[in-house]
Amino acid sequence: MPFEHLLVEGLAMGACYGLFGLAVVMIYKTSEVINFAAGEMAMFSTFIVFHMLTFYHWPFWAALLAAFIFAAVLGALVQYIFLRPAKNPTLLSLIVITLGVEMLLMGFASWKWGAEQQEFSLPISYMVTYEPVKGFVISQWAMAVFIIAAIIMAFLYVFFNKTNLGTAMRATQQNKHAAKIMGINTDRVFAFSWGFSSVIGLVAAVLLTTKTILDPQFMLEPFLKAFAAAVLGGMMSIPGVLIGGAIMGLLENFFGYAWPAWKPITAFVVIVLVLCVRPSGLFAKHWVKKV
Amino acid sequence: MDMKRAYYEDIELFKSGTILFWAIVLMVGLFTLPLFSTNYYLYLFNLIMVHVILAVGLNILVGSTGQISLGHAGFFAIGAYATVLLMTKLGIPFFPALILAAFIAAFFGFILGLPALRLEGPYLTIATLAFGLAIMHIIGHMEVFGGRSGLRAPDLNIGIAQLGWNLTLTTDLSKYYLILIITILMVLGAINILKTKVGRAFVAIRDSDIAAEVIGINLTIYKTLSFAVSAFYAGIAGGLFAFVLGFFDPITFNFFLSIYFLVMIVVGGLGSIMGSIAGAAFITYLMYALFKNISDIPYIGDFIVNISQRWLSITGIDNLSAIALGLVMVGIMIFEPMGFFGIWIRMKKYWKAWPF
Repeated sequence: MPFEHLLVEGLAMGACYGLFGLAVVMIYKTSEVINFAAGEMAMFSTFIVFHMLTFYHWPFWAALLAAFIFAAVLGALVQYIFLRPAKNPTLLSLIVITLGVEMLLMGFASWKWGAEQQEFSLPISYMVTYEPVKGFVISQWAMAVFIIAAIIMAFLYVFFNKTNLGTAMRATQQNKHAAKIMGINTDRVFAFSWGFSSVIGLVAAVLLTTKTILDPQFMLEPFLKAFAAAVLGGMMSIPGVLIGGAIMGLLENFFGYAWPAWKPITAFVVIVLVLCVRPSGLFAKHWVKKV
Repeated sequence: MDMKRAYYEDIELFKSGTILFWAIVLMVGLFTLPLFSTNYYLYLFNLIMVHVILAVGLNILVGSTGQISLGHAGFFAIGAYATVLLMTKLGIPFFPALILAAFIAAFFGFILGLPALRLEGPYLTIATLAFGLAIMHIIGHMEVFGGRSGLRAPDLNIGIAQLGWNLTLTTDLSKYYLILIITILMVLGAINILKTKVGRAFVAIRDSDIAAEVIGINLTIYKTLSFAVSAFYAGIAGGLFAFVLGFFDPITFNFFLSIYFLVMIVVGGLGSIMGSIAGAAFITYLMYALFKNISDIPYIGDFIVNISQRWLSITGIDNLSAIALGLVMVGIMIFEPMGFFGIWIRMKKYWKAWPF
């Protein structure tokens, strides 16, 4: 396989991981929760698209729109039902709650749609390729990933810097109590950020299904990689998570080409090595606890 | 309520006659249990006790030292594979092999403890998680470890074959007594560790690592030691688990197993030995036995089957245990973050002062 091809595919995969990592970072930024359920929330919403297409024969875009609405409601509901009632939660109890939501969603999805792999793909394919510059082959899928990632990035930039809600989310992240005093309804901000994150997760998951298969566990590994990308980027910074995702995707593709058997874990080993040197990821200032 | 007047009262094993009495009742109950139960339940009890050993060890790390580990399935796997391979490849007798395997696991715990010194929160989570996944993949890809097809445990010969002493345990009943004795020893060990200087250092690190360092606790030594002790327990549990199952492959030790382990101690109660025993028993029962025959569950069994046929799929009905586990995890965290141990404490307080 030529070098350029590995590079482009790696970057596209990395963009997917980065996009999905955004979903993790978005929640961590506002509410300091590591959302282990992110993968399963995205998986469940993807199954909604699948269900609408297969059983009700909706047109693709209508199904996607329905899933977007479902994802937003699901995210907000998870925050409202499961996370808001927890009193003074520690980091560990938040992890356990989100893991519990993960088990719930995975259990329901396997109950409803069975554990077998389903036929599902987007109207874009990674078999169709273009050659804009001589010797530089890019698949339709990779192009779609780059374009969608760029659109979402631009949207997030404008959203966080120019809109009231985005400013409120940044304020909540910096100091929850001060934000409350300033008249920000922080509970609503949390619910909104969960819904938003869930939608971003759905976009990433739909893009990933084209490359992989659709079954109730298909988002488990991408989630772990996206989480690793987010950690690499420092959990807080939005450009950081995309760069982290790109590093993950490239590492995985190049190492996977060299040693296919070790493809699933190379990225994790590298993460641990990076964390040994920079304990707070590549793009965060080392966080020092006040005594 | 429980005023302590002397140092000895703090370290003694049985705080009162009542506790001693109930401990004896429990022991008698456990040793005579096989008289009342069928073979399947003995298998389940073996599984529960293996998980008890692991949960007690994990609680030393998570509950007492305050670190987070999502990679304990890795240590568990190391214990299982090391025990079986030492016995089959090198011909080492069972007990030395088990202890050696546990020390190998403890060594890996020490290795994982080194990066953990600098990490906390999400960073520690991903590091331990990566460790667990890495162990699973390494085992799955190397032929020495049986690869993807897995390993078969040899006969459980607890004698020394080289000297001609053979005592092969074949039934679940004999394995039950072996595992029971080891479990009791390991639990007593854990109770005692927490009462020594080391255990108090662990608790001090959990409460505030900076304050602990100020009063002269060497964080490097005690944090890595906590990982090593916890991994040692996981190694022993893994070695026994290999013989309870008889056959295992890398997929047995997946990411979800690490989650189950974490849930056991969280549901039982962080930092409490009795809690982790209760949690391990409860979660193992929930995962392995409660939803085995759903249509046989009284009252709601038929109802669930009907719902599955009507709206969901009948093949996926086994996933009910995952749903139940998820509900337990969320419910415990929302309503009783201290787990079973917290419920016990509340009940005790209520009845101590009952009429008032």
